[in-house]
Amino acid sequence: MTEQNETGSKPVKKMDLNRREMPKQQPEVRITNFQEVALGYAAETAIEEAMRCLQCRKPGCVPNCPVGIDIPGFIAAIDQRDFQSGVNILKQKNALPSVCGRVCPQEEQCESGCILTKRKSSVAIGRLERFLGDWEAILGDDAPPEIAPATGKKVAIIGGGPAGLTAAVDLARFGHSVIVFEALHKMGGVLSYGIPEFRLPKAIVDREVNYLRRLGVEMRTDYIIGKTRSIDSLLEEVDAVFVATGAGLPWFMEMPGNNLNGVYSANEYLTRINLMKGYDFPSAATPVKQHRKVAVLGGGNVAMDCARTALRLGAEVSILYRRSREELPARLEEVENAEEEGIIFRYLTLPVRAIGDDHFQVKALECIRMELGEPDASGRRSPVRVPESEFVLDFDCVIHAIGNSPNPLIPASTPGLEISKRGTIVTDLETGMTSKERVWSGGDVASGAATVINAMGAGRRAATSIHAYLCEPVPWPRGEGA
Amino acid sequence: MFRLLENKMLVPNLYHALISAPDVAKAAQAGQFVIIRPTEASERIPLTISDWDAARGTVSVVYMKVGKTTAEFAALTAGQDLATVAGPLGNPMEMGLFGHVVCVGGCYGLASIYPMARELKRLGNRVTIVIEGRSSYLLYWQQKLRSVSDDLIVITRDGSKGLPGHINNLTGVISRQAVPVNRVIINGCNYLMMRGSQETRPLGIRTIVSLNTLMIDGTGMCGVCRCTVSGSTKFACVDGPHFDGHEVDWDELNKRRGAYLVEETQVLRSSKGE
Ligand SMILES: Cc1cc2nc3c(=O)[nH]c(=O)nc-3n(C[C@H](O)[C@H](O)[C@H](O)COP(=O)(O)OP(=O)(O)OC[C@H]3O[C@@H](n4cnc5c(N)ncnc54)[C@H](O)[C@@H]3O)c2cc1C
Repeated sequence: MTEQNETGSKPVKKMDLNRREMPKQQPEVRITNFQEVALGYAAETAIEEAMRCLQCRKPGCVPNCPVGIDIPGFIAAIDQRDFQSGVNILKQKNALPSVCGRVCPQEEQCESGCILTKRKSSVAIGRLERFLGDWEAILGDDAPPEIAPATGKKVAIIGGGPAGLTAAVDLARFGHSVIVFEALHKMGGVLSYGIPEFRLPKAIVDREVNYLRRLGVEMRTDYIIGKTRSIDSLLEEVDAVFVATGAGLPWFMEMPGNNLNGVYSANEYLTRINLMKGYDFPSAATPVKQHRKVAVLGGGNVAMDCARTALRLGAEVSILYRRSREELPARLEEVENAEEEGIIFRYLTLPVRAIGDDHFQVKALECIRMELGEPDASGRRSPVRVPESEFVLDFDCVIHAIGNSPNPLIPASTPGLEISKRGTIVTDLETGMTSKERVWSGGDVASGAATVINAMGAGRRAATSIHAYLCEPVPWPRGEGA
Repeated sequence: MFRLLENKMLVPNLYHALISAPDVAKAAQAGQFVIIRPTEASERIPLTISDWDAARGTVSVVYMKVGKTTAEFAALTAGQDLATVAGPLGNPMEMGLFGHVVCVGGCYGLASIYPMARELKRLGNRVTIVIEGRSSYLLYWQQKLRSVSDDLIVITRDGSKGLPGHINNLTGVISRQAVPVNRVIINGCNYLMMRGSQETRPLGIRTIVSLNTLMIDGTGMCGVCRCTVSGSTKFACVDGPHFDGHEVDWDELNKRRGAYLVEETQVLRSSKGE
């Protein structure tokens, strides 16, 4: 029996409404290790899942993808068992499929536009993307990347996160000579120091960085632009600069007691463990405390990552969030993972004070109950304090995971670069051009903390604009887009 | 990439390393620091840049062998490479024509005040350097320090050289100066800086200290270097490391500094195979 596809294109086989499950490590096992939780599709499962795609003539998924991947195209290739073609289609728009397949909020993007979402469950686009990315790493044709003839132009990229990596790949392939400056000792940005191994294995990030190396991109780690060297001095040697320094300055919830020992920013906590391999202490030298009871403040992906990391280090972990489960900004999948693993969610709870012991070590949080009032500007119901509802919870570790803003090092050291009130670099959204001649910017430093795929999209748009400018310089559109 | 050109013990437990880091050397200013990670498995630690040569592309640091990371550093020899030398980080020491500046150094601080005194002298200040140590055999760089000062005063606790006593002699030293003192700079362990600031407070002399906190990235990303100055929280790495010594919450600073003592002991034991 056939039925009409809702876009009315062609008759198709009966809709298969059940998305294929992806195997995961069992909760009781995975909380004892740092290995990846989700294990990925086997080829046969991927093909079955790909067969669910209705190949809509006007696909709803593609417009919802921030980089416009030909999603039905790569899924059709999987369906036809032509994985290499699938990879090629993906890579036209997305240089990091193994990363995005794991960390993109697909449920809000491509998958929310899938026609099957209305019926039951969308095609598992993210899992299929991940499948192809991982397949390529093992079985792909490994053809040397095609690079246009050298143009003799030189571009400096500041920041080795997803925005910088993407721009570097594109610019190198256009034939420009590219050098990336990274402040830390490892490339990858948040992919290396922030997102934990159990969600994004570092081997995947290393692979992407190796790809850059194969493209002939020069990488200078331990190099802080604005300190080791200024943008103005770089501009004397290169034709264009792309600033992709992310949003790395941590926020702390305002309350007394934040400087007690045992209180961390999410950045510090995750950096100790991911970048400095603190889980391997004392073999790796950077110490990580054995905390017993951990409170994570916030409800986003960063909070989930901190909580699940602390759990794996053996603590009892609570997430304290001032609204309710519905308003959690984290991806649902991560919330469910956290719940399965036994993270305690304390909703409608606002910490107001950290309490220390005689040794300056945090021992408890004083909190206040909240209730939900009217929706605020973001459309979420805003929490209000319930009078005289203070209570105290014991914790020996408190992690602030309430957000980050851009680091002021570059703004402070770069005359002529327009900065917004929020501390972001002002850019033209289409091109990434800043107020400063020959300087482009994109990713979290321009948008404020956002997503990997948005940063990649910005990196790609900037690379396109830089390439156009280097081929045919035009007068700098000063102030435009400001 | 960061070749170690020299790594020698200056006095017991204090080492001097000369490192090839041309871009750091080109940008360095008095009072800035570098983050060093001696080996791939080491921690990232902040060390004050105690000298540099932009033409040769070298920087110097003086460090005390105290924990696992500094022990790993001390075990490296000339010709080997350091995993990370990132900088120059932090703000430079405020410079200007202040009049008479007293620079106080103890421990590794003898080295870190050297470039500050040199620059102050170059700008036309009268510079008095006070160095403090347990005993004369723990002092170093005296010739260098003399060459950038108008007067060099030595204090040793055992009286083996100069004035006997310790940092609480500072009040006496300052009040005996023929030329009134306009500013004091203190570099060394937190105890020295705290006690020195307590000495100068009643004298009403502006006193700048260079705080010695834990750090990881050194660029404002992690916030482990939080300290309280004039009642508000600062990041020592990007807001400092130089602050008004009369405004620092020393008690908090010392307690935060010791946050990982247990783990530091554990790591030392485990590296000795205990
Ligand atoms: C814990 C955590 C979990 C997250 N989870 C997700 C997720 O599941 N899905 C998702 O889509 N997004 C997630 N995000 C957000 C996502 O990681 C970011 O939006 C993305 O990494 C931004 O990319 P970027 O290239 O703009 O900046 P970054 O990844 O921040 O990279 C910037 C790089 O620039 C370097 N740098 C900074 N200043 C300088 C300087 N002056 N000189 C040289 N280098 C400099 C930094 O060291 C860094 O390596 C998460 C973020 C965090 C912190």
